Amino acid sequence: MTAIIETDGLGRDFRVRDGLRRKTVVAVDDLSVRIEPGEAVGYIGANGAGKSTTIKMLTGILVPTRGSVTTCGLRPVADRRRLAREVGVVFGQRSQLWWDLPVRDSFRILAAIHSLTPAVERARTEELVERLELDEFLGTPVRQLSLGQRMRAEVAAALLHSPRLVILDEPTIGLDVLSKQRLREFLVAERQAHGTTLLLTTHDMGDVERLCDRILLVDRGSLAYDGTLAGLSRTVGAERVLVVDLASPVPDLLDVPQARHLGSEGGGLRQRLAFDPDTVTAAQVLAGVSEHGEVLDLAIEEPDVEEIVRRVYAGRR
Amino acid sequence: MADLSIAARTAPYRAVLAARIRAQRTYRSNFLLDLASSLLIGLVELAEVWVVFRSVDSLGGLDLAAIVLVFGLADVAYSLADLAFGHCDTLPTYLRAGTLDVFYLRPQPLLLQLVTSDISLRRLARAGVGVVAVVVGLSINDIAWSASAVGLLVLSLASGVATFAAMFVWAAGAQFFLLDGAEATNAFVYGGRYAATQPASVWDRPLKVVFGFFFPMAFAAYLPVVTLLGLPGSEWMPSWLGWCAPLAALWMWGLALLTWRTGVRHYQGGGG
Repeated sequence: MTAIIETDGLGRDFRVRDGLRRKTVVAVDDLSVRIEPGEAVGYIGANGAGKSTTIKMLTGILVPTRGSVTTCGLRPVADRRRLAREVGVVFGQRSQLWWDLPVRDSFRILAAIHSLTPAVERARTEELVERLELDEFLGTPVRQLSLGQRMRAEVAAALLHSPRLVILDEPTIGLDVLSKQRLREFLVAERQAHGTTLLLTTHDMGDVERLCDRILLVDRGSLAYDGTLAGLSRTVGAERVLVVDLASPVPDLLDVPQARHLGSEGGGLRQRLAFDPDTVTAAQVLAGVSEHGEVLDLAIEEPDVEEIVRRVYAGRR
Repeated sequence: MADLSIAARTAPYRAVLAARIRAQRTYRSNFLLDLASSLLIGLVELAEVWVVFRSVDSLGGLDLAAIVLVFGLADVAYSLADLAFGHCDTLPTYLRAGTLDVFYLRPQPLLLQLVTSDISLRRLARAGVGVVAVVVGLSINDIAWSASAVGLLVLSLASGVATFAAMFVWAAGAQFFLLDGAEATNAFVYGGRYAATQPASVWDRPLKVVFGFFFPMAFAAYLPVVTLLGLPGSEWMPSWLGWCAPLAALWMWGLALLTWRTGVRHYQGGGG
């Protein structure tokens, strides 16, 4: 089977002005990945790690400096117009909708842009409107939509022409929990129904956990990890964080056995302690804390994407 | 997909333009205000020409009647080009906001998408002023009407629109390099529009090089009027040069497309 995305030694430099001189910044370096049709891949990394640059090279917006890239079996820059019919892209920050027109009109224009036949247009629009629950604001101008509504409309706009590959750049950024949940459910269903390949960049661990069965982690432009989320957590150690609220201010809890003090708030009313679940239980750490003061409330935090990324980066340096 | 008829191929552009026109009509009072202010600007500029030429008998070999025709032709050509191509100057906004990338994700050529992304109907008011000036100009001048005179008029109007349109495309292409350079290109676009309404015969040589030939503004109205009225030419600009307006338009389009192409390459980083 042919890969839907295949890059080999892909790289991209930018020439930037640094005072009077110009210097070369390497945004992406030696990226070689292969993504098969139907996969759901999380593309994660710190800001400036080269995620957006990679997406732009995959879609033919930027010309690579080095290496080769094939998307849907096409050369992105040379075959940009053909590729546009196979790929749908959702940019969390850039709208593809017409801000002063009702959502419905944007869909009609996009259907014309992608030369959909009236029957296909009707069926697909109906499907998307139903699955993304757009009907309540279909007649509302885009500029009057809430962020959650707009993102759902953006996703529908990018998927209207039933692309084989959907690339989502920070699709859930700024959304409330419910909107995120709806969007993720939709993407899971869309993938099941049409076998769509998903590639998404995100800072949200929930996106990765619920949507992706593979993770690509980039560090300073090159690939630092390629595998499952579980594998990644194993590699970097799944350290958890216990957050405790105490009845009265307590000096920093620096001597709780097998736990590391991360920080305090409110003069010691709330403290954060990291521990490794493989060597100590949360109950043991809690018992250690209780020796110093009365615990009113507690929470246990899983590592988020930033934290995992930070640990991978730290291990490489 | 395989349908290659004109209707099918233009459907994407027609869909956008129809929506833009609908949107402009939705905000009716806004649109009327735009129309009125655009009309006012056109009238003020026509008045300026009248004031200047009332105090002299002739300037650069043109009298008031001839200059009204020059003004009218240039203004009609510019307004029509502005109506269809003027919004190309929003490119810097797209570049800064990154929304140009959205054009890359659609299966149409970038430049065609940009050109058909909007249409400014309010320029119709401005074109109206120009049309009135042309009609008045044609009736008060002593013109030897013939088939070739009509041909010259139609040819120069079409070429003028094309030249100004190319000017907008050239300016947009230059934005890829300049980023905050709209001011710089506006000097040529608006300066060029103004130059087109003036008798090129009074310009000194550097000005003739820039707005006479490099940006061929003299070909939009002045030279065709000289040819039409059978007036004597001036230095570098013989009387028959008015017939070359289509060549000027071709030259400007060549320049515009080259600049656009280089600009796009620069944006994508594929080498300039």
